[in-house]
Amino acid sequence: MTREEKALSLSHVVKAYRKYANQHRFLTLKSAFLNGALFREFQPEEVYLAVDDVSLEVEKGKTIGIIGENGSGKSTLMKMMAGIARPNRGTIDVNGRVSALIELGAGFHPEISGRENVYINGIILGLTKKEISARFDEIVRFAELEDFIDQPVKTYSSGMFMRLGFSVAINVNPDILLVDEVLSVGDASFVPKCLDKINEFKRLGKTIVFVSHDLETVTRICDEAVWMRKGHIVMKGYPKQIVDAYLQDVSEREEKKQRLRRQEIEEKIEEKASSPEQEEGERHRWGDMSVEILRVTLRDGKGNEKFIFHPEDSLTVEMEILAREEKEDFGFGIAVINGAGVTTYGTNTFLEEMKPLLLPAGNHKVSLTLPSVPLINGFYFIDAAVHSRDGAPYDYHHLLHQFRVDSLHKDVGHVRLDHSWSFGDGLRFKPQG
Amino acid sequence: MFLKEKIDTVYRSRLLISNLVSRDLKARYRGSTLGFLWSFLNPLLLMLVYTLAFGVILKPRFPIPHMETASGYSLFLFSGLLSWIWFSTSILECSSVLSTQGSLIKKVFFPVEILPITTVTTNFINFLLGLPILILFFLILGQPLTPFVLLIFPVMIVQFLFTLGLGFFAAALTVHFKDIGNIIANLMTLWFFATPVIYPFEFGPILSTPWIRTLLLLNPMTHIIEAYQFCFFFGSLLHYKKLLVTLVVSLLVFLGGYYFFDRVKDTFPEQV
Repeated sequence: MTREEKALSLSHVVKAYRKYANQHRFLTLKSAFLNGALFREFQPEEVYLAVDDVSLEVEKGKTIGIIGENGSGKSTLMKMMAGIARPNRGTIDVNGRVSALIELGAGFHPEISGRENVYINGIILGLTKKEISARFDEIVRFAELEDFIDQPVKTYSSGMFMRLGFSVAINVNPDILLVDEVLSVGDASFVPKCLDKINEFKRLGKTIVFVSHDLETVTRICDEAVWMRKGHIVMKGYPKQIVDAYLQDVSEREEKKQRLRRQEIEEKIEEKASSPEQEEGERHRWGDMSVEILRVTLRDGKGNEKFIFHPEDSLTVEMEILAREEKEDFGFGIAVINGAGVTTYGTNTFLEEMKPLLLPAGNHKVSLTLPSVPLINGFYFIDAAVHSRDGAPYDYHHLLHQFRVDSLHKDVGHVRLDHSWSFGDGLRFKPQG
Repeated sequence: MFLKEKIDTVYRSRLLISNLVSRDLKARYRGSTLGFLWSFLNPLLLMLVYTLAFGVILKPRFPIPHMETASGYSLFLFSGLLSWIWFSTSILECSSVLSTQGSLIKKVFFPVEILPITTVTTNFINFLLGLPILILFFLILGQPLTPFVLLIFPVMIVQFLFTLGLGFFAAALTVHFKDIGNIIANLMTLWFFATPVIYPFEFGPILSTPWIRTLLLLNPMTHIIEAYQFCFFFGSLLHYKKLLVTLVVSLLVFLGGYYFFDRVKDTFPEQV
């Protein structure tokens, strides 16, 4: 691969920010000069590495997406590509004209008209007056501001402001377009328009670097994805694979958090079990405890304990119970309650016409398995109960067990109903991706 | 090397500078009823206030011809006042321009030195706009102007360099020490009275107090303002030797300011 085919090449780029921005920063910076490079080794606790030894090459004509949590260094990296920030170490080679959609309408002056601001902004972004004049109508049309272009910018709504800023920036006609999360502020009709424009850039063979939390868009429009964490590149490659790995990682960390939460809950349950009278006020658990639910575990299809489920996963609710005495009148119930407190689904053995015969005293396991979790994104609670035919609970756990559904689908409602679309002849949609 | 590279940068940005200057000029009085007239009215009103305060109420006896009357004093005052307004407003605005235009520094690739340059240039144009009023006043009050008035051109160059150099310092320092902005505001008031704008340099108390005299002589603005007064009010040849020395000092201030600004400008995006 020759150098000419790279639009961007970053080599061992480091960007450090000082942690404590205080009054004396400049003085310490000066002392940093005096002490030279040793300074960083001596006081590493004062320095925060926003980008730490990142090497990355972007081929011409490719669209790459950078994903990662907040504070992972994505935006800093992008600012360095745009030339706004300078790396402390390492080199960045840029091959072509760059336009950065980092802040739209930077330099817009509120008191002067949209027209005048388009010129100034265009010049700031590197256009000549002639170029702006030639593109002026297109800029205004794309921003849908024909009627307002001679009004002072201070009278614009934030949407109008953003549209005008985007429109100027995109009309700079760059070889390399850097897009940093700006699309998240657009309204429902403008965002698709921006994405169309970005797709048009793709077709024209321009290089695009795209920083976003919108993973779906990243998988759809990017040729390659880069996943960053704490200033490092964790992985790069095929977008779908990277996004999945990233989601997996986010889930795992979420699981860890949930596990901690779960420990707290279990402690709470134990507390309550040891003093059943006290819990009336909180109403998380009630019953005469003649049969006790010791533990509720959520497992996936492989039997692993889990807290985050994808809709296509299977979910098993496993109850460990202790019958203190033999029972002939007993049933088990489970309910799924969503974050808004609505019971999304509930069932019990009586409702399903199962007639109890015998629950011997001692420890038992009871499981309910859902082959899939057709729910929309969000947190859910599980209620679990052992009770008699007339509903009198032996032990009822209310809102004590939690799980999360992590779905790539964006549909709304309470549950995801199985469905498919079909269309008559002649009706066509753009192929996805 | 440094200078050539910088001149290139500024030259390449000339379109941007001229547009930012015209934007600032347009935006300055946009929305007010009198609009652009304020560019003329502001120095005029300021001059009237000072004339009232120093020419009529305090009425010092300046041992200089044409300055005994209030109208004569107002012409003397006006000769230096426009230049002072250009200088002090530029420095004050430079000390805040990096933070008010922070989005440009943080979000766009942008040669930052353009901001102080734009600020000083905008105020320079404002100064130029005040000159016709000044000339009109001389005509109305019947004091003739002499061909020496043309010597303001070199004086303006000296002042531009000095103001911009100091502006670079003010801008760069204020980013790191917010206090500098307040210090400068007060310093400007002191500096105003330490510069012969409202009184002539050839004034008894100054000539008779050596340390005040030395202080004034060390102040580059003294020589710049005095040069304008020679061009307009006295209508005679300015002290070209003094001006030459001031030019050298201004050039040094300019280069030092620009160099300092350039050295620390990489830190602006994280500080603003």
